Amino acid sequence: MEYVIEMRNIRKEFPGIVANDNITLQLRKGEIHALLGENGAGKSTLMNVLFGLYQPEKGEIHVRGNKVNITDPNVANELGIGMVHQHFMLVEKFTVTENIILGNEPTAKGQVDVKKAAKDVAAISKQYGLSVDPNAKIEDISVGMQQRVEILKTLYRGADILIFDEPTAVLTPQEIKELITIMKKLISEGKSIILITHKLKEIMEVSDRCTVIRRGVGIGTVNVAETNQDELASMMVGREVNFSIQKTPSEPSNETLEISSLVVEDARKVPVVNGMNLSVRAGEIVGIAGVDGNGQSELIEAITGLRKAKSGSIKLNGKDVTNWKPRRVTESGIGHIPQDRHKHGLVLDFSIGENMVLQTYYKRPFSRNGILNFSTIMDKAKSLIKEYDVRTPSEMTPARALSGGNQQKAIIAREIDRSPNLLIAAQPTRGLDVGAIEFIHSKLVEERDKGKAVLLISFELEEIMNVSDRIAVIYEGKIVAIVKPEETTEQELGLLMAGAKRKKAGETT
Amino acid sequence: MKLLKGKWASITVPLLSVALGLLVGGIIMLVSGYNPIVAYAALFNGIFSNTYVLGETVRQMTPLILSGLAVAFAFRTGLFNIGVEGQLLVGWLASVYVGLQFEGLSPIVHIPLAIIAAALAGAIWAFVPGFLKAKYQVHEVITTIMMNYVALHVVNAIIRTYLLAPGERTDQINASASLQSPFLESITDFSRLHYGFVVAIIGAIIMWFLLWKTTTGYELRSVGFNKYASEYAGINVQRNIVLSMVISGAFAGIAGAMEGLGTYGYMTVMADFTGVGFDGIAVALLGANGALGVVLASALFGGLKIGALNMQSVAQVPTQLVEIVIAMIIFFVASSYLIHWISNRVSKRGKI
Ligand SMILES: Nc1ncnc2c1ncn2[C@@H]1O[C@H](COP(=O)(O)OP(=O)(O)OP(=O)(O)O)[C@@H](O)[C@H]1O
Ligand SMILES: [Mg+2]
Repeated sequence: MEYVIEMRNIRKEFPGIVANDNITLQLRKGEIHALLGENGAGKSTLMNVLFGLYQPEKGEIHVRGNKVNITDPNVANELGIGMVHQHFMLVEKFTVTENIILGNEPTAKGQVDVKKAAKDVAAISKQYGLSVDPNAKIEDISVGMQQRVEILKTLYRGADILIFDEPTAVLTPQEIKELITIMKKLISEGKSIILITHKLKEIMEVSDRCTVIRRGVGIGTVNVAETNQDELASMMVGREVNFSIQKTPSEPSNETLEISSLVVEDARKVPVVNGMNLSVRAGEIVGIAGVDGNGQSELIEAITGLRKAKSGSIKLNGKDVTNWKPRRVTESGIGHIPQDRHKHGLVLDFSIGENMVLQTYYKRPFSRNGILNFSTIMDKAKSLIKEYDVRTPSEMTPARALSGGNQQKAIIAREIDRSPNLLIAAQPTRGLDVGAIEFIHSKLVEERDKGKAVLLISFELEEIMNVSDRIAVIYEGKIVAIVKPEETTEQELGLLMAGAKRKKAGETT
Repeated sequence: MKLLKGKWASITVPLLSVALGLLVGGIIMLVSGYNPIVAYAALFNGIFSNTYVLGETVRQMTPLILSGLAVAFAFRTGLFNIGVEGQLLVGWLASVYVGLQFEGLSPIVHIPLAIIAAALAGAIWAFVPGFLKAKYQVHEVITTIMMNYVALHVVNAIIRTYLLAPGERTDQINASASLQSPFLESITDFSRLHYGFVVAIIGAIIMWFLLWKTTTGYELRSVGFNKYASEYAGINVQRNIVLSMVISGAFAGIAGAMEGLGTYGYMTVMADFTGVGFDGIAVALLGANGALGVVLASALFGGLKIGALNMQSVAQVPTQLVEIVIAMIIFFVASSYLIHWISNRVSKRGKI
């Protein structure tokens, strides 16, 4: 059997850790090959080796039967290998076309021929059904569109082997559907794809084969048609994974968070939270379901003090905390797992230890009279790393060196550990493996059972349905319906999120 | 390439840059008809051969360390303090002014008082750009450069109007405020070595301690790395920007006091900038913005400048050549950081 890519016995080490140990991956022409593994298993590392960003210590790479030495991404490009990273590399102020030709500009009479490039881009976009406007500015288009620009970039450079590193983690359910269609189209045009994802459903749906790695070691490759989600999960984690959440009915008591007639404007002065009312009681998990861009981010920012509320009030345990500074909000008992872990959640150049005390460094026992106590800080970090299974060589490792999922686990550990009266969890399990998701969900339920209030924001209806005790549907900056998960369906939620009125009268509180 | 990236980068990059800088300097000497071996021998003799030049090197280092610390400190919070020169000038004047007052005070009181005055003056001078940056997002590079010119002319005007003594300068400060030391001078063959180097070393220790051991340092570094995460964590970003500039300016002001209380004991009407503040940028860069690095880089630059004098008299190579060597070293350090930065960006792309 001829493979387009064959990575044989790859080994890649980082200080204190073997990220890839003797991994073999074979990609057939025209297949979608999933790469599955826990957070920190070494998937991104393996793909960065293939794309020439890292040099392996051992092993060989064969492309279309020829042994190659991929010293840098340019070599990968020449071999027809393209990579769509999860964090895009696009110039905000440039148009789609300008971004695509950047570093590879077609010239006519010594001048960059943007017109011709735009035509080419439009043609490729049409061929693969990407529907990207070549003249739109990056800053004006959605995340999903930006990802397509990244795909276009690789295609424009003639890639026929595409690597997708967790492409669906940043997308909304609708965008995921569209991406899957695009991937199928790419395959039908003769491309081959390696897909990294933590979502087993997606693997079952689109991929032909799946290679599983666990803690840097290759476990095996299976035909997706001959397996199922449970088997994949246990191959990856090394134990049975429980997909349903164990929880008793909630016993909510007094109101912890009380939001009334809240109005919050976005950067363009548009009131994206527009007269919102919402309450979360102690001992319950309220999930906010909604399409991205209906005011979720601004709502969280207003509660946590990162954005000013225009009018209305936010009360925490009866105390008005509207427009308080973030530190005061935190000290009054709010914890926040932010949506964007690189922007808000972590100081990437700080060690994991320093990141673990981001909100508490100035308090005892982490400091005394303004002097930091590093040994207590690091001890704290060690215990959190252990409890939350954050895979890192040590607590001194800079946060930047951790795998994406493990960075997320570190933030979650920090926020849950403070056991705030109100925990705001925005997309807490984005980029986490199934085992970690199971663990985080059980932690959220544990907080609830301790009598804390939890506000969960997620674009994944499955997560909302599984974890919440009540679901608040957000639409155009208002809560338009409140439903119980056991009394609704994903279909009904979908309709409500699109602005439809609820059929059963009298239920919208 | 590996050595230029890993945890050794902050040592290997400067060392390699120094070697390359000397090499390029040698080539330029060859091309211009000098013998680089003779010249470099004279240069190194000029740094180490006797106690006089050693004393002069340490004296030269003293303000350089402090101005390097000023630049490095601001940089750790993500700010470019190009205004060290101006802060140094106002610090110099403040120290001389206090040195001229209070006749009959004990040195134990008078010297710290003059140094504190210098620190305060530098801090106030740096407060303005810090405040404008924090409050109105005015870029500190522009305002600090402007403040340099304001400092130069204001200082000159004050000397001319209030403190003028014969010779376009102020009077000599009172002995009780002076850092000069007949003892240090005598053991170094009457160089101008003074007690200022003790102040500079204490300054380096303070910077290290403040940055790495205190909650204030934690906040400053956090703001420097990621202001969004800092804001999320409840750190007052604006306050820390101002604080960072103020502390940086205090270091710069003390650098001025080293000239005012140590080397000269007075201040002249300045025709132009001293250059020490700008050299601080190079020192911070070569010293990788660390306290120890700044001290070592100051030793190198101070040594090169003093050694250049001997090189000129023995090998007839103009002192400007050392300026070229220093410029080349900075060039190599800066470009390696650039390479580093680019490779970082690229590998960041690979991260999820
Ligand atoms: N640049 C780096 N320096 C040091 N260690 C690194 C670096 N990049 C990755 N690692 C380590 O290598 C291991 C594998 O990381 P990798 O990013 O490949 O995981 P992953 O399988 O992609 O995980 P995730 O699903 O969380 O994205 C992790 O333990 C990580 O800490
Ligand atoms: Mg990854």
